[in-house]
Amino acid sequence: MSDTLLRNTTLDVATSSVRDVNRALKAADDGSFQVLNSGGAHALACGLDAPVDVTIKGHAGYYCAGMNKHASVTIEGNASTGLAENMMSGTVRVKGNVSQSAGATAHGGLLVIEGDASARCGISLKGAEIVVGGSVGHMSAFMAQAGALVVCGDAGEALGDSIYEARLYVRGSVASLGADCIEKEMRDEHREQLADLLSRAGIDANVADFKRYGSARQLYNFKIDNAY
Amino acid sequence: MCGIVGLFLKNKALEPDLGRLTALMLHEMCDRGPDSAGFAIYGGGDDRAKLVLLSKSGETDWAAMKDQLIAELSAEMEFETLHDHAIIRTNADGRAVRGWIIDNAPDVTVLSLGKNIEVFKGVGDPDRVAKDFGLAERTGTHAIAHTRMATESAITTAGSHPFSTGADTCLVHNGSLSNHNNLREMLMTHGEQFQTENDSEVAAAYLAWRMSEGDTLNQALESALRDLDGFYTFAIGTENGFAVLRDPIACKPAVIAETDDWVAMASEFRAIAPLPGVENAKIYEPEPAKIYSWSHAVKGQAA
Repeated sequence: MSDTLLRNTTLDVATSSVRDVNRALKAADDGSFQVLNSGGAHALACGLDAPVDVTIKGHAGYYCAGMNKHASVTIEGNASTGLAENMMSGTVRVKGNVSQSAGATAHGGLLVIEGDASARCGISLKGAEIVVGGSVGHMSAFMAQAGALVVCGDAGEALGDSIYEARLYVRGSVASLGADCIEKEMRDEHREQLADLLSRAGIDANVADFKRYGSARQLYNFKIDNAY
Repeated sequence: MCGIVGLFLKNKALEPDLGRLTALMLHEMCDRGPDSAGFAIYGGGDDRAKLVLLSKSGETDWAAMKDQLIAELSAEMEFETLHDHAIIRTNADGRAVRGWIIDNAPDVTVLSLGKNIEVFKGVGDPDRVAKDFGLAERTGTHAIAHTRMATESAITTAGSHPFSTGADTCLVHNGSLSNHNNLREMLMTHGEQFQTENDSEVAAAYLAWRMSEGDTLNQALESALRDLDGFYTFAIGTENGFAVLRDPIACKPAVIAETDDWVAMASEFRAIAPLPGVENAKIYEPEPAKIYSWSHAVKGQAA
């Protein structure tokens, strides 16, 4: 496939391999692309490194938009395991639901999930911002180190287990908090951050309805009382 | 890896399409499990016991086996063959037939037993297995299928899923069990007969054993959560029911979609995407250690 694609190009997974589609996306410095017949294929729009705009017109499989840098990727369907894992910058938006480990180890950028995310959303988060319109599954923000996770619905078991410094905002119920994760005071700086995140995500929600959770900072050093 | 799909119809009007829809779902899971595949279809039957048999060598003399069974069990036997499989319909006790075959016919594996269920398996491309056994043309109320990427035991037809040891009960598994050897020994003391070294067969036998002791499917699954150690996403079929269970860590993928017409379960959403009305389905991932089950009303019994 040519590496001199024009703007507003349509790429079709039904007629090109995923490898060819990704090669075409990576060859572009800018422009808009539509990916058709995604059919849940794995590793779509991975490793992008330029401010391109990619819309996947369907469902995405594992590791979609992984390692994203600068690009804006929209999935007009559901996405499977490992969406936007290790994202560095840019924006990834999913209109539907996502499977486990969305935004795993992501360092930067904004991940917006308009539906629900399942288990381990934001596991080992390293600085990215994640906004979930629906609910998140168990062990979300496990060992999160930096960044923010906003949950407009409910959170599953063991939210923020072994968390370091990420900020978690949840509007609904929390099934249980993980080890060393506690509810924290909402100060003005947190209200400002949350309002900004909701605004950038395009989600209409009242900041006053959210609670903040974060690290009790009791796991930084080995403590025998924490052993099971 | 491994790929799992299950389809449980609520709308009777879709029953003629069960096999076609299951084949579409299975096709999407081919690359999750390219080494072998199988499916269980609940297509109904009559009052006779129905057994599906596999010839491991592909050279079993079915006619001779039929004569032997008639002589040994003094019962009527109707044999139908399909590739390396044979389907028996008999007025004998199905468990007795299964036991006799396991004890006396080492070249034959009993793939399923019941009044409703039929299990077919093969090594190689899952789409070809589906084609060989006419999945797309089959009708029924619910079906479960599996594409296998072997980890715990050899790639053989007998070692392919679904596993079925009890009447009209079957199981497919994505994951691996760590205490299957102990469980197998325990179950053998309760009279369960095993035909492979596969860990998933142990899970199937465990559920069959619990239900033979009087447990409902949900009670058997509650016990399974306590007794099975390892990673699993299971899809389970019974004569009238369908269930999904994930282990408490829930690393192995699963997605459920439900409409007024059907319940579908698969390893990945792309296997559900081809189903009619999916755009209006309620789609969710089953939570860890939570039992999801559905059943058709049985005559004289509440749903």
